[in-house]
Amino acid sequence: MYKIAVLGERDGIYGFAALGLSVFPAEDPEHGARLLRRLADQEGEQPYAVIYITESLAAQIEDEIDRYRSRRFPAIIPIPGVSGNTGAGMRAVRKSVEQAVGSDIIFGG
Amino acid sequence: MAATHVNPTRMELTRLKKKLVTAVRGHKLLKDKRDELMRQFLDLVRENKTLRERVEQGIQTANKNFVLARAATPDAVLDVALLTPKQEITLETGLKNVMSVEIPILTAKTRTSDPNDMYSYGFAFTSGDLDMAVKSLSDILPDMLRLAEVEKSCQLMAAEIEKTRRRVNALEHVMIPEMQENIRYITMKLDENERSTQIRLMKVKDMMLEQAHHYSQK
Repeated sequence: MYKIAVLGERDGIYGFAALGLSVFPAEDPEHGARLLRRLADQEGEQPYAVIYITESLAAQIEDEIDRYRSRRFPAIIPIPGVSGNTGAGMRAVRKSVEQAVGSDIIFGG
Repeated sequence: MAATHVNPTRMELTRLKKKLVTAVRGHKLLKDKRDELMRQFLDLVRENKTLRERVEQGIQTANKNFVLARAATPDAVLDVALLTPKQEITLETGLKNVMSVEIPILTAKTRTSDPNDMYSYGFAFTSGDLDMAVKSLSDILPDMLRLAEVEKSCQLMAAEIEKTRRRVNALEHVMIPEMQENIRYITMKLDENERSTQIRLMKVKDMMLEQAHHYSQK
């Protein structure tokens, strides 16, 4: 049994609490990084398989996120926060394409 | 000649020839693997793109709804309403093997049997906007889960494709030409040795005939 976590600024994520996801408000990048590490490396009864993270926070702790890129779990997925869509999520997808194909052929960039 | 030194022996030649056959076969297999991975990856990444567009759009709408709800409801009431959830979502995970890449499969399960049972508050003290906001968020949740699955698969497959591509290139441009070059070198060297043995024998024969019959003195 796995759980889902949502990480980011409080205003952007507390709606997910109502749906039954675990929300973890992060005040600043260091706190966010610490939380992410704790959530991702948590073993035991109910580890987290998916961690949604708001784009503004994700942009600040990119190194931390990259560490989990090659691991099967958890999947760390950027989502837009209250401040709107920064396009960071799409950039991550584009990065995958560039890594695999060698150049970006999906987004035409 | 190749940069590395090889022993020009028949044994080495047989060994290299066997190695070359394996390398060529491995190259072909890896190339097939790369092509198939690439085909599946491109399908997946297209799905990833449309899903992401949809999810980002949905979350933005939900966020707008939440801002509206917050405007009409005090923070304390909102906390009480939302932060004690009735519903809980857990995930069952599986694995699917796509060309030796193990990609995750996620199946969501809700704690209560009705997945629409997510309003963790009585409707008396909160505004209708909040209901709308929670609803809009729950509507995109299936897409979000699928997005997590697809995006992780894309990341894993991208890494595997990169690795496979490097292997294919290393075989094609380094290993195989090097082995062919070495084989050529050994064959030439062996031929040369054989010729020199032949010549030596002819020379010795001449010398022996010379000793026996003293042709040159006549």
